[in-house]
Amino acid sequence: MVTAQSKETEQYNVIGTRPIRHDGVDKVTGAAQYGADLNLPGMLAGRVLRSPHAHARIVSIDTSKAEALDGVQAVITNADFPRAGDEEIDTGEGTANLKWVLDNVIASDKVLYKGHAVAAVAAADHHIAEDALELIEVEYELLTPVLDVRDAMVDGSPLLHDGLHTAAMDGSKSDNPSNTASHLQFTKGDLDAGFADADVVLEREFETSMAHQGYIEPHNGTAYYRADGTLDIWTSTQGAFVVRDSVAPLLQLSPSQVKVTPMEIGGGFGGKIPVYLEPLAALLSQKTGRPVKLTMNREEVLLATGPTSGTYMRVRMGAKRDGTITAADVHLAFEAGAYPGSPVGAGAMCALAPYDIPNQRIDGYDVVVNKPKTAAYRAPGAPQSEFATESVLNELAEELGLDPLEMRLQNACVEGAQRADGFTYGIIGNVECLEAAQESPHWQSELQGPNRGRGIAQGFWFNIGFESSAYAQVNGDGTVPLVLGSTDIGGTRASIAMQLAETLGISAEEVHPHVVDTNSVGYTQVTGGSRTTFAGGWAAYECAMDIRRQMEERAAQIWECDAADVTYGDDAIIRGPADEDGNDQQFSFKELAGQLVTSGGHIVGRADVNKTSSGPAFATHIVDVEVDPDTGKVDILRYTAVQDAGTAIHPAYVEGQMQGGVAQGVGMALNEEYYYDESGDLKNASLLDYRMPTALDLPMIETNIVEVPNPGHPYGVRGVGEVPIIPPAPAVRAAIANAIGVHMNELPMSPRAILDATLPSGD
Amino acid sequence: MATEHIVVNCTINGEQQVFLANERDSLLEALRDRIGLTGAKEGCNNGNCGACCVNMDGRIVNSCLVMAAECEGAEIRTVEGLADGDQLSPLQNAFLEQAALQCGICTPGFLVAAEALLEQNPDPSEHEIRYWLAGNLCRCTGYDKIIKAVQQAAGQSVV
Repeated sequence: MVTAQSKETEQYNVIGTRPIRHDGVDKVTGAAQYGADLNLPGMLAGRVLRSPHAHARIVSIDTSKAEALDGVQAVITNADFPRAGDEEIDTGEGTANLKWVLDNVIASDKVLYKGHAVAAVAAADHHIAEDALELIEVEYELLTPVLDVRDAMVDGSPLLHDGLHTAAMDGSKSDNPSNTASHLQFTKGDLDAGFADADVVLEREFETSMAHQGYIEPHNGTAYYRADGTLDIWTSTQGAFVVRDSVAPLLQLSPSQVKVTPMEIGGGFGGKIPVYLEPLAALLSQKTGRPVKLTMNREEVLLATGPTSGTYMRVRMGAKRDGTITAADVHLAFEAGAYPGSPVGAGAMCALAPYDIPNQRIDGYDVVVNKPKTAAYRAPGAPQSEFATESVLNELAEELGLDPLEMRLQNACVEGAQRADGFTYGIIGNVECLEAAQESPHWQSELQGPNRGRGIAQGFWFNIGFESSAYAQVNGDGTVPLVLGSTDIGGTRASIAMQLAETLGISAEEVHPHVVDTNSVGYTQVTGGSRTTFAGGWAAYECAMDIRRQMEERAAQIWECDAADVTYGDDAIIRGPADEDGNDQQFSFKELAGQLVTSGGHIVGRADVNKTSSGPAFATHIVDVEVDPDTGKVDILRYTAVQDAGTAIHPAYVEGQMQGGVAQGVGMALNEEYYYDESGDLKNASLLDYRMPTALDLPMIETNIVEVPNPGHPYGVRGVGEVPIIPPAPAVRAAIANAIGVHMNELPMSPRAILDATLPSGD
Repeated sequence: MATEHIVVNCTINGEQQVFLANERDSLLEALRDRIGLTGAKEGCNNGNCGACCVNMDGRIVNSCLVMAAECEGAEIRTVEGLADGDQLSPLQNAFLEQAALQCGICTPGFLVAAEALLEQNPDPSEHEIRYWLAGNLCRCTGYDKIIKAVQQAAGQSVV
């Protein structure tokens, strides 16, 4: 096991080491309890009836036959929910209109995508619940589906929502209803002058497919509504407080009546932030007075949850012969799915973020179509927009005969550079990533052989901060249970506990992290936005400082001296002034811990933080591919991911995030797509046909962690989860072009797409 | 739609088990809902993800594709049977030391599948490991650290 710390983390005792994760044993023995593993006395099983049509008006729903089936306890439709109003609720990484949230959970007047929920059943077991679904009679009036983002934007296109008007950035709305929910624009400099300055101008169009987060655990939700009006929910969610604050208004309960317990979660990547099953389980429990568990099957997951936007994008970019980029014009049209709220805003802000380009215009359109409502997916919006811009940048370098890595260095944003959206960078590791890639064994190596090629790309993601809560008590034996509100989706119990341990001067193993329910910890934002190790770690740091202060005060009380004369050292030794005999007075952490209860009581440290700052993340990826000209299949031969982590708290899990991001990015690049027919029927709703990378599809993924500490965090953390999904698609595209001389302008670059592009037409 | 129930006798993790299966139960459903062993997970329920992988009579199966009623007399081993009391198996330790799991939902299936690989082929090449494990999907790790954990458990040096 590699345990050597990096130069940046040598100053620390715990940070930069690789302890075994605290929840590890439960996860290798099968003991860990995920949402679907929950089994409560008297529990009913629920199933959801889903629309077979992509766009239809619901004329009637007759549930009487289903209700009459032996073993069925309740059947609900949208009409059983209290009327949801037009209020906005916090949905974790933004807000949403409550009526739309409810309509997406269970359709009211119209179904807007295949798989849209229309009714839900609670029964003695799931076999009976499934039988009951077949007895529910729904009459639909079919409407023309709108499946392509450009078609949806055309005047006269069938409308999904009669009352939807295009919102501009100033808040004004279009006169006519439209499928375009909003238009945003960021500008900088003088675009025409910038293009006039350029020696070469390239314009390219791109199309990308919807792609799913692909977590291996399907959604689940269990609810128990009691006669006293309290509601318990157990679910695999990225944000227990978001579930509480979504379910409560949907059932017209106060959030204080709702307690959400986050179960272990089998992947999320942004897709387990919205509520789907929890409100249905809650209402079914309210109707039956019994606990109700709902789980989705894989087809439901693919049809009705998650995906990230399909897009149409157009990028025009101009540069001087020496490689200086003078202007860029970016047009982004993102499919939101059935309800407004695609990640086009983030995509627009990220599109040109690594580069200091004086003249820019970025337009973004959020467009509804008859496909599932999109959810956040790892760096939402950025894999698409940066695929477009990075691809044009690579082609510009090729056109100018320049090294694509050198050209990026030449135009790279550094401290003080300003994005088109107005944000000015502090200390960032953009150049450091590019330089580390340039010096990497991979970039320095020669690639030989026919149909082989190499590509690189850069990636940028904001990372976020916001609310995290932590408290910790000191046990008599010197161990410290640490209570957290953040779902641990990939090792954050360990990374947060390590920051507490570092601050207290104890070992990672002496901290025992626990993730608890919404009644047992302060408000904590979602596990998302690469924020958990950043903000959770900050809360742990402040919590530990609180413990240090209290330990100093307690020692002073024992020594009968002034607390100002007691110091808690980073070595976890509490030192006081000399006693009456002139002897040094000191306690080890463990010694004082053992005296706490008898000397005045237990100590609990606590912290609630809300950090609006964050540390931006950059990454540089290098990939070698081989293209089979007969089948169009692309093999990944070698992959190197370089990324600025700020400070790598637990390097093994930082590497894991980088490698996992690469795998998802490669999937998006080569295989993963939502394949709809003209009626809006998803033709590949299984994990056989929705083709995610297997162990056989990837090589080892080399990682190089760059550490440019974030000055805005006690330990320099930036956040690492999201940025590594961004560079793979443009890097793979460049490698394919380098291998066979063909520039692909769609995602995925599947065998079919590559053969379409390479075989003579008419064959 | 009257449902038949079937008595099934089998051995699970070395213990004799008798349970009443719904005729429509898969082995996965029986393990989770009738016997209370929730280590095997449902990821797809059609044999594509491997999260429900268990060892049945010496070979690995996706338990979502086996009917519970087929298990009469079978010897079944699940992730819950890998450790010897509180002693983790070398493979379980290697998964922890190599940080070979993030969310952990696919881990039970990978452990059962990899254990079967090492029983048949104690010194597999990287390609052989990848080929064997291609029926188990992991969405978090990019597989790198999983492969290294299997290499470590096989006694190979891991870079």
